[in-house]
Amino acid sequence: MLEIRNITKTFFPGTVNEVRALRGVTLTIEDGCFAAIIGTNGSGKSTLLNAVAGTFLPDEGSVFIDGTDITHWPEHKRARLVGRVFQNPFAGTAAEMTIAENIAIAMKRGKSRGVGQALSRSVRDEIADKVRALNMGLENRLDNPIGTLSGGQRQALTLLMATWVRPKLLLLDEHTAALDPKSAAQVAALTSEIIARDKLTVLMVTHSMQQAVQMPGRVVMMHAGNVVEDYAGERKKGLRIADLMRAFDRVRRRDLFDAAVANIVVPQYA
Amino acid sequence: MTLVVGAFTMGLILSLLALGMFISFRVLRFCDITVDGSLALGAATTAVLLSAGVPPWAASLGGFAAGFLAGFTTGILHTFFKVQELLSGILVMTALYSVNLRVMGKSNVPLIDTPTLADLPEKLVKKLAGGDSVSIAGWPVPARDVAMLATVTLLVFATALLLQLFLKTNLGTTMRAAGENPQMIRAQGVDNRWMQVFGLAVSNALVGLSGAMLAQYQGFADVQMGIGMMVWGLASIIIGDALIGKNARGTGLLIVGAIMGTILFRLLIAIALRWGLNPNDLKLVTALFVFVALVVPTFAAKLGIRIFGGRRNA
Repeated sequence: MLEIRNITKTFFPGTVNEVRALRGVTLTIEDGCFAAIIGTNGSGKSTLLNAVAGTFLPDEGSVFIDGTDITHWPEHKRARLVGRVFQNPFAGTAAEMTIAENIAIAMKRGKSRGVGQALSRSVRDEIADKVRALNMGLENRLDNPIGTLSGGQRQALTLLMATWVRPKLLLLDEHTAALDPKSAAQVAALTSEIIARDKLTVLMVTHSMQQAVQMPGRVVMMHAGNVVEDYAGERKKGLRIADLMRAFDRVRRRDLFDAAVANIVVPQYA
Repeated sequence: MTLVVGAFTMGLILSLLALGMFISFRVLRFCDITVDGSLALGAATTAVLLSAGVPPWAASLGGFAAGFLAGFTTGILHTFFKVQELLSGILVMTALYSVNLRVMGKSNVPLIDTPTLADLPEKLVKKLAGGDSVSIAGWPVPARDVAMLATVTLLVFATALLLQLFLKTNLGTTMRAAGENPQMIRAQGVDNRWMQVFGLAVSNALVGLSGAMLAQYQGFADVQMGIGMMVWGLASIIIGDALIGKNARGTGLLIVGAIMGTILFRLLIAIALRWGLNPNDLKLVTALFVFVALVVPTFAAKLGIRIFGGRRNA
């Protein structure tokens, strides 16, 4: 279970470039829940994900995973509990190393790494089995540099790597946004499949409203560093893209007003 | 013939340096200038230990350990104190100049009549040859030179093998990935900074070992002996790349390339000196060579000429 309590983050404080990226976000993701975050550009959705991943430390607030306070853990320590797939397909793998070597590194996530052979016979077989299950024909290319693969193939492997050691939390940062439509659909399908099979707890940032409606069990909408909508349970089941569009419109209209005026006027629209 | 044996011996000794720099420049992708200091440090430490009567193997190990510490320091400066890559190397290299003087107590420690790692092989060679010189292709070569060549060959072979095996371990693959994609390695639960520190330490340890062998081969350690070594190592690695082709990705091939590159480079230098190149111009020529090797591929690419096959997709 992921608990985000009242997180704030301001970038470049005290300068003209000051950005209040997160303004007191509180969010709890129950075990086995697949939640998506959507929001306009600059709404703070990626910042929130990075705050959980530990890319930076928040100004205030705390983050708990399964009751453990990880607020002050560095990024690499959090990786023991958290699996990640990045937006950039090149970010999750080492291009010049082989497919098998990349996966072998992921098989040791959160474990000690000694001077044992990385690709022993049994490890190779294990890798080949799981890669074959992807049905992408990559099992014959295990010794090729991973940089020779397409973005979609690399993202599928990154997903496999992030979930190889079962993470307590899986973070997906617009992980299909940089792919062509066909690969994006493939990776999205694989994502749903793995999450359902392993009953993972997931926080996914997405730009695609279609994905937000189809894939997760819960949709959180962010705007200006706050959570503005939270569709869960029955409310999520009835959710359509049109509903999300309307919600976006509401927050955009709110922006047209001065913050103080908005508090008075907006209730009349709603 | 002595010249060729000498060039080979020197090339093999310096290929330890090239292997060390292979770790920093190729594996970690870290432009490490500590090398100039740690080579002299390794030589100084070994020379002083040898003079104090320490057995050669322990003295050489001392040079290795001293280099390890130097690289460790550079790594810590860069990762935990956030000093720029180049600057952290320059700082340690500069500091090491004084350290080396302190270690030696003077600017030059001669090694006369002190034992070296080649002593045992020398006895063996003398026994086999039945005299003080060995005939190679009809040319007499001092047994001592042959012994030294055999010793460093064995040492380089063992080091290269160990390095290759290490790069295939869990720790080794993680270090390679940390050099290429630190973000990925953090996401896999490893502090990439420690990978860098450890890699630089091992890298400079090999450079220190190279210095240790150089001191034993030349018969002295000098505070100046490290100057320009980084560029020499770089030239060797570049030649190695050219020899094996830039498309080669296997670490084994790259290691072999680095060793062959160093030997070839030493042979070229021996030939150039023989033809009357002023030794004072050596470093200028080396620097020019590295410059040309770095610039020509980009320049040639603009003209549409391919010199080396393929290119890196880092």
